Amino acid sequence: MPAAVKLTNVVKRFGILEVLKGVSFEINTGEVVALIGQSGSGKSTALRCINRLETIQDGTIEVCGHHVEDPKLDLRALRRDIGMVFQSYNLFPHMTVAQNIMLALRRVKNIRKDEAYEISRQVLAKVGLMEKIDNYPEQLSGGQQQRVAIARSLAMQPKVMLFDEVTSALDPKLTGEVLRVMEDLARGGMTMIVVTHEMGFAKRAANRIIYMHTGKVWETGGADILSNPQTPELREFMAEEL
Amino acid sequence: MLGAFSTNHLFYLLDGLLWTVVLSALAFVLGGIAGFFVMLARISRFRWLRRAALVYIQIVQGTPLLIQMFLLYFGLGVFGVAVPPLVAAGLGMMVYSSSYLGEIWRGAVESIAKTQFEAAECLGLTRWQALFDVILPQALKIATPPTVGFLVQLVKNTSLASVVGFLELTRAAQVINNSLFQPFLVFGVAALFYFCVCYPLSVWSRSLERKLNAGRR
Amino acid sequence: MQYQFDFGALVPYWQDFLTGALTTIEITLFSVIIGMGIGVACAIARRSNSTILRGIVGVYIETVRNTPFIVQIFFIFFGLSSIGFRLPIIAASVFAMVINVGAYTAEIVRAGMDSVHPSQIEAAEALGLSKLQIYRDIILLPAIERVYPSLSSQFILMMLSTSICSQISAEELTGVANNIQSNTFRSLETYFVVALLYIAITYLMRAAFFGLGLIAFPRRRRLGLGV
Repeated sequence: MPAAVKLTNVVKRFGILEVLKGVSFEINTGEVVALIGQSGSGKSTALRCINRLETIQDGTIEVCGHHVEDPKLDLRALRRDIGMVFQSYNLFPHMTVAQNIMLALRRVKNIRKDEAYEISRQVLAKVGLMEKIDNYPEQLSGGQQQRVAIARSLAMQPKVMLFDEVTSALDPKLTGEVLRVMEDLARGGMTMIVVTHEMGFAKRAANRIIYMHTGKVWETGGADILSNPQTPELREFMAEEL
Repeated sequence: MLGAFSTNHLFYLLDGLLWTVVLSALAFVLGGIAGFFVMLARISRFRWLRRAALVYIQIVQGTPLLIQMFLLYFGLGVFGVAVPPLVAAGLGMMVYSSSYLGEIWRGAVESIAKTQFEAAECLGLTRWQALFDVILPQALKIATPPTVGFLVQLVKNTSLASVVGFLELTRAAQVINNSLFQPFLVFGVAALFYFCVCYPLSVWSRSLERKLNAGRR
Repeated sequence: MQYQFDFGALVPYWQDFLTGALTTIEITLFSVIIGMGIGVACAIARRSNSTILRGIVGVYIETVRNTPFIVQIFFIFFGLSSIGFRLPIIAASVFAMVINVGAYTAEIVRAGMDSVHPSQIEAAEALGLSKLQIYRDIILLPAIERVYPSLSSQFILMMLSTSICSQISAEELTGVANNIQSNTFRSLETYFVVALLYIAITYLMRAAFFGLGLIAFPRRRRLGLGV
């Protein structure tokens, strides 16, 4: 079975600064991969490159049959297959929760208004926030907003979901509810790439962990690499994280 | 020789005030529509379009409105088009408004965090859909105080239409003064009329600005 | 109908164009310097404890800011004429401009002063600085630095407004243009040239303000903040 996401020798530069120095990894359908590393290791950049929020200078990225590095890529088709959740939730403040979810359904998939509303109810039920359907983002806590952001992506039925440090901006008390939703998604078979600092989540939910350092894939393996790091850099990183 | 300032004169001035308001409204609406396109050009993906709009704005904002009106008045005249003063004045004010409003609105759009745009695009929306559904509704609130503030400038600048012969408030005052020779009184009343239109707008603009800043966390 | 452009007809008037431009710059320079002084004084007055002073200055500022400049200059020039004070035209132009610039500057500078955090003033008082020193070094100078871009823009706008002085027959650039085009019948060419000259003066002023900013605000230069 072809890989859902495949990066091969990806090089990314910001001006003269080389942030990704030849990154390669593969993710299969239904796999949950945690991408960990220090800030500056390139993990968020790699994620953003997968969704073409950043363009790469060398290498190839294949996602569900799309060639992301190809300039002639159908961007909307790519983004229909990939869902992304950001650190700062990025909910649209001038719309209710329902409208936030319905927007892409109606504009991109041309789904009728009442059908779209029904879909919003369903995804909100999955993240446990059905009662907030007609509230505005500012009436919700950070954790609730992030869960709505996940629901918003989920509603588009993506094949792959990308999570960019989605709990880093949250009050520690609120991270639990978001991580629980993500673990549910993982159990349900969603292909997920999660950039995170939450080692507990990585241990529990990830099939594989990729540790990045200075723009390269430094060490990969199952959850055991966290308790038994092979490289001195990962050992140091784990010591700092605890 | 010196007549008295009668109610007839007052009505003449009020008539001029009416035309001032008409010209202002015309300039605002037409200039607003043009300004919207100027704003779109300034945020366009195409570099040549961005530059063209920038040059347009720098030219309009680097020359006096009076000169612009003269250029339009005489310019259109030599090309065989007989221009009534209202058209020359209206066109001049429309060009003037479009550049300032375009810049104000561009500032408002660009102040909306880039991440809102990213989130919309990641959901699969096109650039246009993201602009109209996500960015513009948010930019509208931010753009309102400076737009109302600009309206005050606009009303004041209609006074220059008098120079190309359009009979608005300032011209009306000049005409009356030329027969009464009481400049303090005549221009004083004209100034008062302008004040009555502009001051409420200024106050409104300031209160909108306060409300906007209070709402921001 | 084909129009024959004839810029050549304007060549004999090159000195007049230059004189007009210089007059525009001259009027602007005087107005900006004097107007700035008035503006700062008014901004300070607006923050004073005296309600009467605040009120009077407030009325001045609001009146000027909510009436057109052309009406103001007519009011002043023709008004003073009618009671016997026949001012020289340039002087009248500068006078009207100063009154106008003063009001706009006052508002800008006041906003700048209001943005100085009260804790700064408290710290200065705790250090034992006198009221005058506090006003100058902690409030006024930082405020002007902060609103410098707004001030520069406003002064450039005022320069463009000098074209209105042509309506009381001032021989600044627009006035000169009116004369030349009525002699040569080449209105389009004349105003086109004059438009270019105004744009040139605008760039000149921007460069001058930039340079002035570098000299006056060494902190921004060293920090690379730009002016």
